[in-house]
Amino acid sequence: MNIFGDALGWILDPANYAGPGAIPVRVLEHLGFTFLTLVVASAIAIPFGFAIGHTGRGRGLAVATSGGLRAIPTLGLLTLVALWIGIGLGAPYVALTVLAIPPILAGAYAGFEAIDRGAIDAARAVGMSEAQILTQVEIPLGLPLLIGGLRSAALQVVATATLAAYVADFGLGRYLFSGLKTRDYAEMLGGSILVILLALALEAVFATIQRVVVPRGVATTRLPVDRARSARPRPGMEPAITKGNP
Amino acid sequence: MTWVWENLDLIWDRTLDHLILSVPPIILSFVIALPLGWLANRYRLSRGVILTASGLLYAIPSFPMFIVLPALVGTTLRSPLNLVIALTIYGVALMVRVVADGLASVDADVQRSAVAVGFSAWTNFWQVELPLSGPVLLAGLRVVAVSTVSLATVGAVIGAQSLGSLFTDGFQRGIQAEIITGIVATVLLALLLDAALVAAGRLALPWTRARKAVKADARLRPPVEVTP
Repeated sequence: MNIFGDALGWILDPANYAGPGAIPVRVLEHLGFTFLTLVVASAIAIPFGFAIGHTGRGRGLAVATSGGLRAIPTLGLLTLVALWIGIGLGAPYVALTVLAIPPILAGAYAGFEAIDRGAIDAARAVGMSEAQILTQVEIPLGLPLLIGGLRSAALQVVATATLAAYVADFGLGRYLFSGLKTRDYAEMLGGSILVILLALALEAVFATIQRVVVPRGVATTRLPVDRARSARPRPGMEPAITKGNP
Repeated sequence: MTWVWENLDLIWDRTLDHLILSVPPIILSFVIALPLGWLANRYRLSRGVILTASGLLYAIPSFPMFIVLPALVGTTLRSPLNLVIALTIYGVALMVRVVADGLASVDADVQRSAVAVGFSAWTNFWQVELPLSGPVLLAGLRVVAVSTVSLATVGAVIGAQSLGSLFTDGFQRGIQAEIITGIVATVLLALLLDAALVAAGRLALPWTRARKAVKADARLRPPVEVTP
């Protein structure tokens, strides 16, 4: 526990709150980087995801590419891009935007796919245009899953942004690498604790947003799942609508 | 390509290091997640606690995890054990939810039938619930395998040898081929372990194969009219 005391001492040390490498500066760098990466990745992924979800076309391609991208090790992509475009912030931005696209894309089209087809058919039947269906039915109903995609993208970006300090002088990962180099365990551990707290805070924020964006009508009509009930219909238990409908 | 031919020994050694780091966590996470997932599926209270905890553990970035763990469990930073423990934690965090969902997907009628013909809770779990949730568990384990192989490369930044060492070494020495080789080797290793799991699943769950064959067979024949 003494090690953790040292780490806590490092986090609270006033010397770490001044100069260019101060803790608040590093936290802001880390957060700003995460935010910007998510915005750029969303700008690319969300329109494509909505198009795939709305038309149902290109789904196979999207699944294949996002699945393939997910198997690629983040550190490998990061170091490769850094060799191509040089040390600095450019490489992490490119690499992390690429990594953030698959989960956002998947969230965008999965959100549309999860919608009850009846709701969309009904919207079309009452005379909504395709644009109205998209903005007033599909996007609101698909939003929770889209936020879920953003949430996993954010987790991935915050985590990999720590590694990005390997190729650029920025973010909280800097403390981990400089602590490793100088064998300063208090600094490494202190930096690690800050990254973990940041990741958990982001997770909490996204979990809250995900709960808030569920449309009110959907939230209230969702029935509690009765797990004990049989999944198989029994004689006399069929829904009334099938009766007299040969 | 010349870099690859000149360094086959190095690539092979790092691949073995990588296997030693990633195979134990995959097996361990399955073994540990089984009882936890059962518990999460069984009681409402334990479900909330276990699933929330695993969600939070999964949210912890890997690099800081590798650094915090030695302070908690007393391993040395660069030891393979440190990485194996960390990767097992991620695997368990992913797998617990899968086990809970898999067990919940077992038809309630089948479970009641098992109880009715005299299965105890213990035999019911091993002979009814576990085999029937097999396909779901296998799918989850495949995700765990691919993500474990990918995550293991991160250990290279703290100096633990793996295929990830090809990234750090290639970056420091400016050898592009080394990094690309590392990426390709990591993806291939993930695909290999995935294929091994699929094969193991075919052996362990032979009826899923039979059912698929029946389905394919049924498609060839004209639909049979069923008279009520």
